Amino acid sequence: MMRCGRFHYHAPRTLRDACAMLQDAGSDGMLLAGGTDLVPNMKRRQQTPKVVISLRHVAGLRDAGPDGNRVRLGAMLTLSDLTAKEEVRARHTALFKAAAQVATPHLRNMGTLGGNLCLDTRCNYYDQNYEWRKAINFCMKKAGEICWVAPSSRRCWAISSTDTAPALIALGAEVALATRDGERTLGVADFCRDDGIQYLTRNPDEILTQVLLPIPAPGESSTYWKLRRRGSFDFPVLSVAAWIRRPPEGRVEAARLVLGSVASRPVIAEAAAGLVGTTLSEDVIEAVAEEASRLAKPLDNTDFSLGWRKKAARYLITGALRELRGDDPQTLGPLARRAAELAPVG
Amino acid sequence: MSSRIAALDLQVVGKPRRRVDARAKVTGQTRFADDLFLPRMLHCKLLRSPHPHARIRRIDARAAVTAPGVKLVLTGVDLPIPYGILPVSQDEHALCLNRVRFVGDPVAAVVAVDEQTACEALDGIRVDYEPLPTIADPEEALTTPQPRIQPYGDGNVHKKVALQFGEVDAAMASADRVFEDIFFYEGSTHLAIEQHAALAAVDPDGKLTLWSSTQTPHYVHRALSRVLGISPAHIRVIATPNGGGFGGKSDPFNHEIVVAKAAMLLGRPVKICLTREEVFYCHRGRHPVLMKLVTGVNGDGRIVAMDLQTLLDGGAYGSYGVASTFYTGALQTVTYEVPRYRFRGCRVFTNKPPCGPKRGHGTPQPRFAQEIQLDKIAVALGRDPAELRKSQLAKPHALTANYMRIGTMGLGECIDRVVAGSGWKNKHGKLRFGHGVGLACSSYLCGAGLPIYWNALPHSGVQLQLDRSGRVAAFCGATEIGQGSDDVLANLVAEVLGIDPFDIRLVSGDTDLGPVDLGSYSSRVTLMMGHAALQAAERARDLIAQAVSASLEVPASRLVFAGRRVFDAEAPARGVSFAEAVQRGEAMHGTLGTTGSYTPPESAAKYKGGGVGPSPAYSYSACVVEVQVQPETGWVEVEKIWIAHDIGRSLNPVLARGQVEGSVYMALGEALMEEMAYRRLPRHLSGVLVHKFPSLLEYKSPTTLEMPEVITYLVENPDEAGPLGAKEVGQGPLLPVMPAVANAVYDAVGVRVDEVPITPEKVLRALGDRESRRCGPKSFPFIVWPEPLKVAPPWEGGDGTAVNEKPRRRKEGVLMSPDVVQPGLAPHPSTPEAGQKTESSESSPEMPEVLR
Ligand SMILES: Cc1cc2nc3c(=O)[nH]c(=O)nc-3n(C[C@H](O)[C@H](O)[C@H](O)COP(=O)(O)OP(=O)(O)OC[C@H]3O[C@@H](n4cnc5c(N)ncnc54)[C@H](O)[C@@H]3O)c2cc1C
Ligand code: SF4
Repeated sequence: MMRCGRFHYHAPRTLRDACAMLQDAGSDGMLLAGGTDLVPNMKRRQQTPKVVISLRHVAGLRDAGPDGNRVRLGAMLTLSDLTAKEEVRARHTALFKAAAQVATPHLRNMGTLGGNLCLDTRCNYYDQNYEWRKAINFCMKKAGEICWVAPSSRRCWAISSTDTAPALIALGAEVALATRDGERTLGVADFCRDDGIQYLTRNPDEILTQVLLPIPAPGESSTYWKLRRRGSFDFPVLSVAAWIRRPPEGRVEAARLVLGSVASRPVIAEAAAGLVGTTLSEDVIEAVAEEASRLAKPLDNTDFSLGWRKKAARYLITGALRELRGDDPQTLGPLARRAAELAPVG
Repeated sequence: MSSRIAALDLQVVGKPRRRVDARAKVTGQTRFADDLFLPRMLHCKLLRSPHPHARIRRIDARAAVTAPGVKLVLTGVDLPIPYGILPVSQDEHALCLNRVRFVGDPVAAVVAVDEQTACEALDGIRVDYEPLPTIADPEEALTTPQPRIQPYGDGNVHKKVALQFGEVDAAMASADRVFEDIFFYEGSTHLAIEQHAALAAVDPDGKLTLWSSTQTPHYVHRALSRVLGISPAHIRVIATPNGGGFGGKSDPFNHEIVVAKAAMLLGRPVKICLTREEVFYCHRGRHPVLMKLVTGVNGDGRIVAMDLQTLLDGGAYGSYGVASTFYTGALQTVTYEVPRYRFRGCRVFTNKPPCGPKRGHGTPQPRFAQEIQLDKIAVALGRDPAELRKSQLAKPHALTANYMRIGTMGLGECIDRVVAGSGWKNKHGKLRFGHGVGLACSSYLCGAGLPIYWNALPHSGVQLQLDRSGRVAAFCGATEIGQGSDDVLANLVAEVLGIDPFDIRLVSGDTDLGPVDLGSYSSRVTLMMGHAALQAAERARDLIAQAVSASLEVPASRLVFAGRRVFDAEAPARGVSFAEAVQRGEAMHGTLGTTGSYTPPESAAKYKGGGVGPSPAYSYSACVVEVQVQPETGWVEVEKIWIAHDIGRSLNPVLARGQVEGSVYMALGEALMEEMAYRRLPRHLSGVLVHKFPSLLEYKSPTTLEMPEVITYLVENPDEAGPLGAKEVGQGPLLPVMPAVANAVYDAVGVRVDEVPITPEKVLRALGDRESRRCGPKSFPFIVWPEPLKVAPPWEGGDGTAVNEKPRRRKEGVLMSPDVVQPGLAPHPSTPEAGQKTESSESSPEMPEVLR
């Protein structure tokens, strides 16, 4: 099998120790949560930490519970933990659907919420083993100089492929980051950055400890649609997280629309403003979907062809908004069933 | 005879049963090659080429050789003898000698105390390459004769074949309608879940043993003997249970030879387990094939002539390619009557992993073309596609235009079953827009009539040994690759001896212990091993019956073997237990042992190239697929599949259905998403040609969630050429699915996708093309074909020979390497024991300099 390089392994029991170890390791250190992203990356030499600090035994990171008008979700909750929580399923539909559609049941049993938010960006010139990347002479994200997707580009366009981040942005969530010296919180949107290499605003010595999620008020609803070739296993090729507040039978009071996997970070669609004050008529939905889909500027570094992904973007946005209006996704055709479908949660 | 077979009163055969190896498999106790550990075992890793095409100038392995824990470094010069599965394509070296031909071609091997050390030592090998221009696809290969990828063939054309059966041009000119279509079938790989692994050890007596996840231990045995230069009698190959093969483990592989050599040099066991990427580089999967199919029909759609051209992208080596090329033409005649037929095929070399046999070997591609074209013919003539097919089925018990001998032929019944089951008549052409059904049929071999190397020996042998405890041991070289070959062996022996399959001790896939069986390929095992097993078992039964008859004073012909007893049919109480019966046999005859063997009947196809296609029997399948297609996005969802398979007789219906469903699953992958895609980087930057994503995640293959409901019908029409009438089921049911999906998409939204995979992009492109309503290849390149061999069909007075062929002398091939050399256990130059670095002595200018 493929083997990782050699590294030192730390297993701290307290957050303080973990922070200290991370700071001491400097640029050589990386955190290990479920390892479902980091370990394969280490095997392929995409990431080559000399010090690996496991968060598995750190006390408190797997806690969850209410905190005023918010819920706190520990970063080390596995995605299976998350989807098993009735209140997540009932109240935070977008997060539930996003978490439930990550990878496969086995990977969700290992993969964590924090790891998912910090997931490395993806590109099929980069998600290859060392020998393959050596054959093409590497790329700037690791060990090389050029971007193979856009050879004249000076930046990396690797794609943000986390399922939960777009959902959490749509839900207005924040993250808490801890260092040896203290803690800060910031919106998930501000946690992400549009650069394939520096895709987070997290400082190297910070540990993501919690996600803070507003408890929805009456009339709020959300959803998450994910496009991928197969009903399991695959990373998103495109995703749509949508949230609205709309009193029963009333007009939309507030709306957020976030596209995932179209850039190096989740992209907030300002077009959502067009939903406010409407009753989500077909015309409104189509106009908003048309405008929002222009944000999808696909590059040839993931599954499916560019042109088709662009067409699918519009289709997916329309579908997600129709679902929030109250349409049953089951009636919207096979691709809608696939995109809105919940992978069997187990 | 077939009615006699049909009337047999069978005890074991045909009953749904748990397979004999099920317990081990479901409890995780099956020992695959990767599960084997031996004391003092070392681990091997291969260094692979990062260049798609390059000359090796120099290999400096000094840093690796001296790394702690490293025991041996091998390069091409250590294994200079070439090998290959076909005698005509001995073009592989265990480690590249002086040239690499695709990214992933192995250049050096490191053997170390553990895998980690071996991996790390690979970095210590510096290879100096001189890159060469690359060939990425068949069009390029046809127009770029230099640089040549292989020293044989014509430029970069590996093989051209041309055969003609009857006056095709005249028939075409007289046809009422002529349909001309171009199709493309993308390459795909086997994706067996078990990655290849092998372990070699030198026995205490100095003989070599190799355990390997191979489908063809006999051919590996031959290759090892040849390359290592040791007597085959001193080599034992054990095929471990394969975690899937599908054709991907049918060649002798470089890693097998490397660990064998290393074990000999080091005197310690050496193991290798390939990574998933490396398995993609072993490949030998489905050839990408471009096809031009011209068919002339009369007014009601009956075929009067067919003219097929195929262009195969072979990758960098020969592998089974010559056979694959013939297979793209050989079976076009066995489903429907094709009175005149011309076939021309061309295989080219490209700088990609070699293609070879994958489930259906060479036949799914032209089958795809033919079945879609028939659908188009039906539409053009306003006929029902099912009726059109049924009106011109190939005749049973007859020869085809190209001299394939058909036995029983259950295709008509297969069509009836799926038409009835699916409600075809109420659906085809009648569902609302976006919903559709498609139908297609196929046929497949039950074992190739000829072995891979010419010889007149049996293709399969079974040996039984019985002892006084009532235990029966069955020995056979056949290989269990998950398909259930062990179960077939136990099943048939148990049937004849009237015992339970679980009473039988099975020893299979071991070249030391069992008689030769050629391997698990070409759907040959049930038929060929089955006959050998029946013969051996019947001989054992006769010996026992003779003894029991004497002691019970009942004529042997009246004795029944059933329920672990041997008794008088007329007075069932009068009898003995099976163990007692064996004791009486042993007392009368001495130690009881019997053998059985099978050699296929001689083929009627006497022309050159007629060796590919003939089979003792042909299986048939028909399939209806129902789809939903979303016109806005082109998304295709397969909702349900009805498939009928003419299996002759199903020996164990549980396994037979499993094979049908597994075939459907694999077929859906090819139909909808699988693609061996390659990528050439911009020429001015690196121009390197790589597999687009050699990974289990990114090479898209369906999951259980993509699997629709499958309704399977087994059509049992015993064929006298099969054991108790049985025919194959491992490959045939894959073939009709891809074209049925394409035909269903047409029924749903009125567009043709004339290539696989049928992706949403392509459906959308076809929907967007208002003129052609089609997505698919537009042209077939001009190929200078040789003059075809002309063979008159049987109904035109032919005798199976070509009129324009020079008389051939059949070369009696060398069965095994004649040179008997004792395995040399002297320290290799690169072993630490031998100490010093040595320069490679090879002074040929073509050979790289090797430092170690
Ligand atoms: C086959 C396969 C399919 C997949 N499919 C999907 C998919 O569909 N959608 C998807 O979103 N993901 C997918 N993944 C990726 C991965 O499984 C998930 O994103 C998972 O949630 C990652 O969590 P983890 O705990 O395993 O992260 P790890 O691998 O442990 O860590 C991931 C990254 O986050 C950092 N990190 C982890 N925890 C913290 C923390 N608390 N603070 C700061 N940094 C931290 C690590 O240093 C590392 O860089 C897939 C992975 C595989 C192998
Ligand atoms: S986008 Fe460009 S730089 Fe970034 S990973 Fe892909 S090829 Fe490399």
